[in-house]
Amino acid sequence: MSAPAGSPRPAASARIPPRLGGAGASGAAAPAGPGPAPPQQNGPAQNQMQFPSGYGLHPQNYIAPSGHYAQGPGKMTSLPLDSQHGDYYSGLYTVPTQNVVTPNTAGQQPGAQQMYGRVLPAPHMAGSALGSFPGATSSASHVHTSASVNHHNSPAVGAANSSVASQGFPSTCGHYAMSTVSNAAYPRVSYSSPPAGDPYGQQMFTSQNAPPVRPIRDNSFSGQNTAISHPSPLPPPPPQQYHQEQSLSGYSTLSWSASGLPSTQDNLLRNHTGSLATANNNPTSPVADSLSSSVMQNVQPPVSSPVVSTVLSGASSARTPAAACHPAEPAASVTQPSELFQQKGVDSSSTTSSASPGPNSYDALEGGSYPDMLSSSASSPAPDPAPESDPTSAPAPAAAQPSKVAKPFGYGYPALQPGYQNAAAPPGAGPPSASPVYSGFQQYAQYPGLNQLSSGLGGLSLQSAPQPESLRPVNLTQDRNVLPVTPVWAPVPNLNLDLRKLNCSPDSFRCTLTSIPQTQALLNKAKLPLGLLLHPFRDLTQLPVITSNTIVRCRSCRTYINPFVSFIDQRRWKCNLCYRVNDVPEEFMYNPLTRSYGEPHKRPEVQNSTVEFIASSDYMLRPPQPAVYLFVLDVSHNAVEAGYLTILCQSLLENLDKLPGDSRTRIGFLTFDSTIHFYDLQEGLSQPQMLIVSEIDDVFLPTPDSLLVNLHESKELIKDLLNALPTMFTNTRETHSALGPALQAAFKLMSPTGGRVSVFQTQLPSLGAGLLQSREDPNQRSSTKVVQHLGPATDFYKKLALDCSGQQTAVDLFLLSSQYSDLASLACMSKYSAGCIYYYPSFHCTHNPSQAEKLQKDLRRYLTRKIGFEAVMRIRCTKGLSMHTFHGNFFVRSTDLLSLANINPDAGFAVQLSIEESLTDTSLVCFQTALLYTSSKGERRIRVHTLCLPVVSSLADVYAGVDVQAAICLLANMAVDRSVSSSLSDARDALVNAVVDSLSAYGSTISNLQHSALIAPSSLKLFPLYVLALLKQKAFRTGTSTRLDDRVYAMCQIKCQPLVHLMKMIHPNLYRIDRLTDEGAIHVNDRVVPQPPLQKLSAEKLTREGAFLMDCGSVFYIWIGKSCDNNFIEDVLGCPNFASIPQKMTHLPELDTLSSERARSFITWLRDNRPLSPVLHVVKDESPAKTEFFQHLIEDRTEAAFSYYEFLLHIQQHICK
Amino acid sequence: MAFTFAAFCYMLALLLTAALIFFAIWHLVLPEYLIHAFFCVMFLCAAEWLTLGLNMPLLAYHIWRYMSRPVMSGPGLYDPTTIMNADILAYCQKEGWCKLAFYLLAFFYYLYGMIYVLVSS
Repeated sequence: MSAPAGSPRPAASARIPPRLGGAGASGAAAPAGPGPAPPQQNGPAQNQMQFPSGYGLHPQNYIAPSGHYAQGPGKMTSLPLDSQHGDYYSGLYTVPTQNVVTPNTAGQQPGAQQMYGRVLPAPHMAGSALGSFPGATSSASHVHTSASVNHHNSPAVGAANSSVASQGFPSTCGHYAMSTVSNAAYPRVSYSSPPAGDPYGQQMFTSQNAPPVRPIRDNSFSGQNTAISHPSPLPPPPPQQYHQEQSLSGYSTLSWSASGLPSTQDNLLRNHTGSLATANNNPTSPVADSLSSSVMQNVQPPVSSPVVSTVLSGASSARTPAAACHPAEPAASVTQPSELFQQKGVDSSSTTSSASPGPNSYDALEGGSYPDMLSSSASSPAPDPAPESDPTSAPAPAAAQPSKVAKPFGYGYPALQPGYQNAAAPPGAGPPSASPVYSGFQQYAQYPGLNQLSSGLGGLSLQSAPQPESLRPVNLTQDRNVLPVTPVWAPVPNLNLDLRKLNCSPDSFRCTLTSIPQTQALLNKAKLPLGLLLHPFRDLTQLPVITSNTIVRCRSCRTYINPFVSFIDQRRWKCNLCYRVNDVPEEFMYNPLTRSYGEPHKRPEVQNSTVEFIASSDYMLRPPQPAVYLFVLDVSHNAVEAGYLTILCQSLLENLDKLPGDSRTRIGFLTFDSTIHFYDLQEGLSQPQMLIVSEIDDVFLPTPDSLLVNLHESKELIKDLLNALPTMFTNTRETHSALGPALQAAFKLMSPTGGRVSVFQTQLPSLGAGLLQSREDPNQRSSTKVVQHLGPATDFYKKLALDCSGQQTAVDLFLLSSQYSDLASLACMSKYSAGCIYYYPSFHCTHNPSQAEKLQKDLRRYLTRKIGFEAVMRIRCTKGLSMHTFHGNFFVRSTDLLSLANINPDAGFAVQLSIEESLTDTSLVCFQTALLYTSSKGERRIRVHTLCLPVVSSLADVYAGVDVQAAICLLANMAVDRSVSSSLSDARDALVNAVVDSLSAYGSTISNLQHSALIAPSSLKLFPLYVLALLKQKAFRTGTSTRLDDRVYAMCQIKCQPLVHLMKMIHPNLYRIDRLTDEGAIHVNDRVVPQPPLQKLSAEKLTREGAFLMDCGSVFYIWIGKSCDNNFIEDVLGCPNFASIPQKMTHLPELDTLSSERARSFITWLRDNRPLSPVLHVVKDESPAKTEFFQHLIEDRTEAAFSYYEFLLHIQQHICK
Repeated sequence: MAFTFAAFCYMLALLLTAALIFFAIWHLVLPEYLIHAFFCVMFLCAAEWLTLGLNMPLLAYHIWRYMSRPVMSGPGLYDPTTIMNADILAYCQKEGWCKLAFYLLAFFYYLYGMIYVLVSS
């Protein structure tokens, strides 16, 4: 590695040419050419995502005049725009560098300029130039190039090199090449791209200028300069930063730098030392401080071994920028941690590995914990966490803080850190600030603690308890209160305590049978469905992120190492899925947590069943794609009339900065009625240009290059467009909708990169390919016999989805229609491309304000939540079990590989399993899901969940371990498939049979009690109730008027909602809320959340004197009884009496009374973390809306369906037959 | 002994069945269906009622199978989105094996039939 840094320019140039050649292929390259005219750049830059071209271009960039260079400092602001390259880092880095560089390097700059000058050519030049500059400096990282990987990691290496060898220039070239990610068009990009490199690069300058300054700062510190301010930085701090950086950034750098090095950890250690040294130095050179913060860090080379420098991760670089931002006031930076941090946070987001764009729990936690952490963790755009954290951090003087914090950190394991940090704050347990102390160790300890807690809670549930409880026979016909008053927890597998602690959280991974039967015969006897329910990309509050050179996997089945493998001796481990004996790699022998060697079983991978790896280039087929968002909007008369455009544009404007992504993020818009309108948002235009294509039979892209533009560079134009869109079509008379052609255009637009297409549609597509006819017969809505047209009418949308999926594009559908729109056909576009489906029946922005509000809230979540691109998910299970059928939105590429163009935190999956071979020779089975995705920051990551379950040989044990909620959800999925492929009545029969079969099987084999009663094991006592609920669910009900689209939407929801949310859809929770007390209340973020007992869903529980809240997942109803206490009505609803409650009420007023506070905090608590924000309806006892409410009382009889008791009798009859 | 039209049909069927055996393994659905339908028609023309009768169930199955295929705009039988489901996959494989057996038997039957027709006429 180090050697490469030294490599002189010529070498670099030599390398470049070949790439150019490759790049040459792309047409864009030509314009980029030697004469980097600003305009030229624009064109190519936006368009070209592909890196090949990027390579080619880079060299050319150099050519650009250096003039920009000088501008650099002034233009700082502009920098972000540059980001086009897709380098995440570039923008940020550049900034800092500028500051630093200018002051120090003045003399050197000229030279530098020459080198870099070329870079600038682009219009962005000012900003970019600067950015590139630093990058160039950093260039040292020839190595990177050689590495060829487009990796983020590479930056670290580059940095190392640069630091080592002061010759930044030559090396720069290498960087360019490396930048692969960036487009050819953006030369600068490439420069900047090496995140780590930048800082280094700067250092290069600095170092040259002021050799005395000394390398001093470790990379890690840069941001932290806080250390500097403190005259005597304690030794501990460095390690901290270190850790933070590493963990946060995710880049362990190891990979690159490591090559030569024995182990990353070693490097780390060295860094520490180095950092310390630097710290001391700082005080000596005041100048250095300011500079140092930004510049110095990297410099290490002289002092420490080159290796050290390598260690630095992208994170460090990220910080640097922050520091740099305030070059003028170094002191300020130190003293005002909060500001800086925030900034850093924002900046760093690009660099940091933490992929979560959305409000990530991590971020919040980190933020709370430690300012530095914040910055590093900053990845999350969500501003909230930062502010929160600030207060905590702010009070402590910067100096003090570092030392304090540092200590704890030192103990922590760098790589792990996020996880640990998170651990510190139990989910929802308390505000982040609550746990001020972040010692790695403590947190670590807490982590298991949490698990224990959850298992402890689980213990309360039926199943975790010793078998007697879960097997206790319950006479269903006599026990009228089967529904427990507390929420039903997932049963805990009957494993020993150690394994239980290690096991995957039931929120992410559940199995319908927590005790797996030994043979298929036994399973058949039990007549229960066997399958898994997954929520793989859930927002997690604690997630260990691991960066290491080698991801340890089984050599034959490719299973990731997990807590359930067995170590035969120190050097070998046995795979728990295929039983192959594998070697433990050398690197794995070192335990960074304890800093000891030879304890592979203490590694984080082996201590956590949910981990995330930062993947190396082996895991990518192409450079990680940028975040690309395309909005396809219906602007026909119908759509304009409904008025959704206003809401959408408003939400987009508000959340434009929060869209997950990095500096490469691209966005585009496309509207359609009977023609297709494209919007040219190329930077440099004075206003957006609309291009109309009326040739819908053979759609083409008018200007393929400028339709998807860099979000940051064209932000003003985008804002203009969003402001103009709602009024642009107000007078349209076009009623046709050419959705099909518009989608084809979208596909063409997206296919070079992949990304997310959001389609807003308000009516039946009536023109061009994919046109649909109305298939619904309104008279059949309440038919009890046949429900037709549950399947698609055409395969156009399916084929389109498959094409999209092949190009890593997901299509999300927002259907806002008042009439039948054939969701069954339209939904295919999302189903097979791993998109999601939102449906707003009878949407109108003024006539139906509750739907409008719902759309607004859903959009907020939709736009800001985390997103993973070009993902694949593979599920592995112990030999003997096999995957059978998958449920969810995806395309199954091979028997166990799901292709997911996008993955979002709200997507759930289900898998049916079968037992192919007897499991008699094993006592445990394991399931592992591995989700490989590209984060919105352009990092390739793998999230791995591992679940371990015991194998049992007796039927009683199988029954004891039933997870009735999981079973119901799996059954619901199967029933959806059945109703589409066969018929609805078939599916309903199958559901009833599932209950009948399992209960009769239980009756005949287990209990020898009287047959007159309907007996179920305690673990299954809710089974009939839930099945009845399913039969009365919109998806499967008959006899009640149900619009076809509503039914199909419910089916789509069943297929893709994660278990927790699905259960609420199936069986709503009913609470009485007029007498909320603090008894048993829980504390969440300083709020007291009352926990009223669950009521069963029956009108008998409703009293006229009460008020009840029903939580149906996507809707809340508050039912107010006629003689409800006036105090409650006044205190909570803000109305003097029952009669004055308005008919349509969708909000609870914020009143300053205790009961109002309780009610609101309870409702807010319920609302948290829903994928679909629930709309609240206040229903008066006498209002017409109450029928909707009463439909959800599933234990009651309706004209078309059984009551619960009747249903039990019905089952009993079947059993006795 | 004369080379009748019936004998020709058998000979043709013999050759084509050899092809069908491979198609059944490779799941070349449309050629398989067409070829099978083709020599069914030939047997009809040759008035070989017994042979035709033996083939009728398969012909009917083919027609039913194609009628009930998933919604598709193009030709074809297998839907890429569902074919990977284990049960559908298993069904298709089983179907393939059964047809293979049928075609193998039919192959020898046609051989016998051809010789019989040649000898008897």
